[in-house]
Order: sequence, then C-alpha cells, then structure tokens
Amino acid sequence: MTILAQQIVLGILIGGLYGLAATGLSLVFGVMKVLNVAHGELIMLGGYAAFWLVTLGALDPFVGLLLTVPLALVAGVVLYGGLFAFVVRADEERRVKNSLLIGFGVALALQALAVKLWTADERSITTSYAGSVVTVGPIAIPLVRLGSLVLALALTVGLELLLRRWRWGKAIRATSEDWQAALLSGIDVRRAYLLAFALGTGLAGAAGTLVAVGYSISPSIGLEWTLKALIVIVLAGLGSMIGTFVGGVVLGVAEAISAAVVGGAYREVVGLLIFFVVLVVRPQGLFGKS
Amino acid sequence: MLEVRDLVAGYGEFHVLAGVTLTIPSDGMMALLGPNGAGKTTLLRCITGLLRPRAGSIRWDDTDLSVVRPHSIVERGIAMVPEGRRLFARMSVEDNLDLGAFAPRTRAGAAAALERVYALFPVLAQRRTQLVGALSGGQQQMVAIGRALMTQPRLLILDEPSLGLAPRVVEGIFTALADIAQTGVAIFLAEQNVRAALTLARRACILESGRVTREAPSQALLDDPDVRRAYLGPLA
Repeated sequence: MTILAQQIVLGILIGGLYGLAATGLSLVFGVMKVLNVAHGELIMLGGYAAFWLVTLGALDPFVGLLLTVPLALVAGVVLYGGLFAFVVRADEERRVKNSLLIGFGVALALQALAVKLWTADERSITTSYAGSVVTVGPIAIPLVRLGSLVLALALTVGLELLLRRWRWGKAIRATSEDWQAALLSGIDVRRAYLLAFALGTGLAGAAGTLVAVGYSISPSIGLEWTLKALIVIVLAGLGSMIGTFVGGVVLGVAEAISAAVVGGAYREVVGLLIFFVVLVVRPQGLFGKS
Repeated sequence: MLEVRDLVAGYGEFHVLAGVTLTIPSDGMMALLGPNGAGKTTLLRCITGLLRPRAGSIRWDDTDLSVVRPHSIVERGIAMVPEGRRLFARMSVEDNLDLGAFAPRTRAGAAAALERVYALFPVLAQRRTQLVGALSGGQQQMVAIGRALMTQPRLLILDEPSLGLAPRVVEGIFTALADIAQTGVAIFLAEQNVRAALTLARRACILESGRVTREAPSQALLDDPDVRRAYLGPLA
C-alpha cells in the first residue's frame, strides 16, 4: 500500500510536467489550428538552455526560468516568423497537414542539431539540494520535483489569468473560438497567432527547464514529450488551461498506478489506452466544450 | 460612401459575383435583396475583407479595400454583424462587447460606446456578466449588433439579422436599426424579409446570379409589379 501511495505521489509530480508541456501545445493548437509536433523538441531545447545556464553560469535552475522562458519566447517569435506564419495563411483543413510536415522537419533538425552540439548523452541538472526529500509519514517527496510541480501549477494559473484578463489574452481566446468573428471585431488575428505561438514556446521552455531539474534530458526526448502532451490534450479537451494541467496529473497518476499494479513495462501503454477510450467515450475531453 | 466596381469573387472554381457595381450612400439605410445563392453574403465578405475579390475594386475614403486586411477595415469604420451572429460563446456579454472596441481607434471612446449599446438594448446591461451562450436568440442578435457598434462604425453591415428569430423579436431588432440609422451611421442590410427591409430602408438593390439587377428607392421597388411577384408573393 505504501509503495502504491509513493508511486501515486511520484505520478502527480511528473503529471504536473505533463500538464505544463500540454498547455503550450494546447494553446497553439486551439488558437492556430496548427499541430506543432516539434513541441517536445522545444521542451528539449529549454532543458539544454537551463542545463548550460546552471552548469556554466552557476545559476539556480529555478531562477534560471527567468532566463529560459524569455529566451524561449524569442525563439517562438523567430520560429513563427520563419515557418509557421506561412502555414496560417492556408485554410484550416490544410493547416494541420502543413504544420505536421513543418513540425516533423523542425523536430528532426533540432534533434540532429542537439546531438551535434551536445552529444547524445543523457544529462540532468544537479543542485545542492538535489537529494532533499520532504517526508509525509512513510512517503518521501523529492524536493526539486515538488518545487517543479508548484512552479508548473503557478505557470498554468498565470497563463489562465493572462488569457482571461489581458486585452490580448481575450483576443487570443476570441481568435480560438472564431477567427473570422475576431477579425470583424478589429482584432489583428495574425498578431494573436504570433502571441499564442510565442507563449506556447515559452511554456515549452519552462517545461524543459523543470524536466532537466527533476528528471533528465537528451536530444531524443522530444517525441516522448510531444506524445504525452497530445494524450493530455485529448484527455482534457481544449479551452481550459487549468483543465489541461489536471489532465496531465491524471495521466501521471494513471501511469504510476499501472506501473505499480501491472508492471513498469506497461507504463506507456496506459496513456495510449486513455487516448483511445477518451476518443470513443468523450471525444471533447474531460473539460472541453463540445 | 462606399463604391463597389466590377467586383468578381468566388470560392474555388465557383464564380459567385460576376461583376457587381454598387454605391452605398454615406447615410441612411440601404437594403440588399435577392434570392438565396445570389451572392449577398459573398459581397459582404468582400467588403469586410474576409474574402479577397478576384477582380474589381471597393473604394472607401480614397482607398481600395480589396487589398486591406480585415481588422484594418474595421479600423477604417466598417463593421459587420455576420450571418448567424458568430458570438464568442464562452465569454460574457460584456467581454463580447469589449472585444468590439479592440481596434486602437475605438479604445478611447469605448466606455461611451458601451453606454450607448446598453441604452439601445437595456436587457444586455442586466445580463452583462452572463455567458452569451445562455441568452435567447434575440438577445444574442443584440449582442452581435452591439459588438459591431462598439467598433464605432460609419457603415454598419448586417447579414440576415432576422434569421431564425420570432417575428416580434425581429420587430425589436428592426426598430433598433432605425434608431442606429438616426444617429448618422450608414446601414447596409442584407435581408430575406423583403417587405420589412423595403419598409425600413430608403433605397435597395437586388442581387441576382452575381449581378446587381435593380437599384432604386424602396418605394419604387414596392410599387413594381415584377418585384412584387418575385419577392413579395402572389398575395402581396
């Protein structure tokens, strides 16, 4: 029983990162109707940015977020201007296909670049407090992972507030609901796309930083994180960032339980099973509006 | 004054507009009539920039709108209430209205514009915090018109505002449109309800198979036996 509880706690901790990874992808997909399959690679790059900041700059990784997130935002602007701005000119049905092609291309290129620059080694950030744990009864909670969960939640709440209160946040939501009606309201929809994409990339940078602190990174982790994010989006549905975060935690817990009950080999299967069941039973997702 | 000249537009291989020439006066109300599929919505989408015409021009304030992006057309003073209202259903009444004042030109006057919208449709003031999805069809149409008014337009275009609404509700909407026209905003109204449109508007034009076939004062069209037979039915 204690083992199961311990696994569930670890599942919640990783689930928060699944959630954060998914919010960025969900935002971009919801607003631009573009599926950025290179989202996982952006997370990977965020992880490396944090790793080098900590290793060479001797920064605390959580403080490093103050640099990795703005860097990722800028990378998002460049990536949008260079590649995705052309995709959103197509009508919505053609966007997804074109974005898949571009996304896979970007993913492969970034992966190869990362191998070239930093080798294929697995790396992770070690801090002076890396081994610290908080114990609650028999359960041990690693301090860095707990910090990551709290930050992931804070970023998600911050994003939700931004989308609800900020003028351009409302414009982004309006664009995701009905881009033509947004245009008729005087909203520069392409600007809303750019902002949403930059925010999505910024969130990927944040997620990457937290992954590098609590877990590990290597050039090839991208696809796995894109898949997790996709499963979470299908599970949670579009439209609510908090809902997406909760969806991530649900996935993390489901994986943990399956690993504890039927064995670690089936960890990845449970996500795909959830993917399938949700699509059949509730295609709009747990928190999505049909 | 908006001048449309030789406008050709369509979707894919379809030509919908086959050379539309038309002048919308800078005040008063003009109705756009015609059967389904004649190209009314296509014409309105061209004027508001949602569809790029293949040929022809749309002149407004000495600029050709056919190359201006839609949000800049709003900025230049043309607003549209689209067919089917197209509200942001997951947002409150007030958020929907606020978004109408998104363009830089409109922000300074947004508070006053909001007051005017609430004065025109008092029920919206009572429902300001509700999600628009929870409103009745008539109230949603009021929000759609209100959102367009928040852009503080000089020309207000409406695409079938009576669609799917009960006759009494339509009457209220049309009364509001007459009030709006009184304030000096030009109105261009595409409408299936021909009799009501001709009663309300000063002038009207008829679009058939992608061309303007008639343009005349409303009274002249109401008195024309051909128009009566085609659009007002045998009992008219």
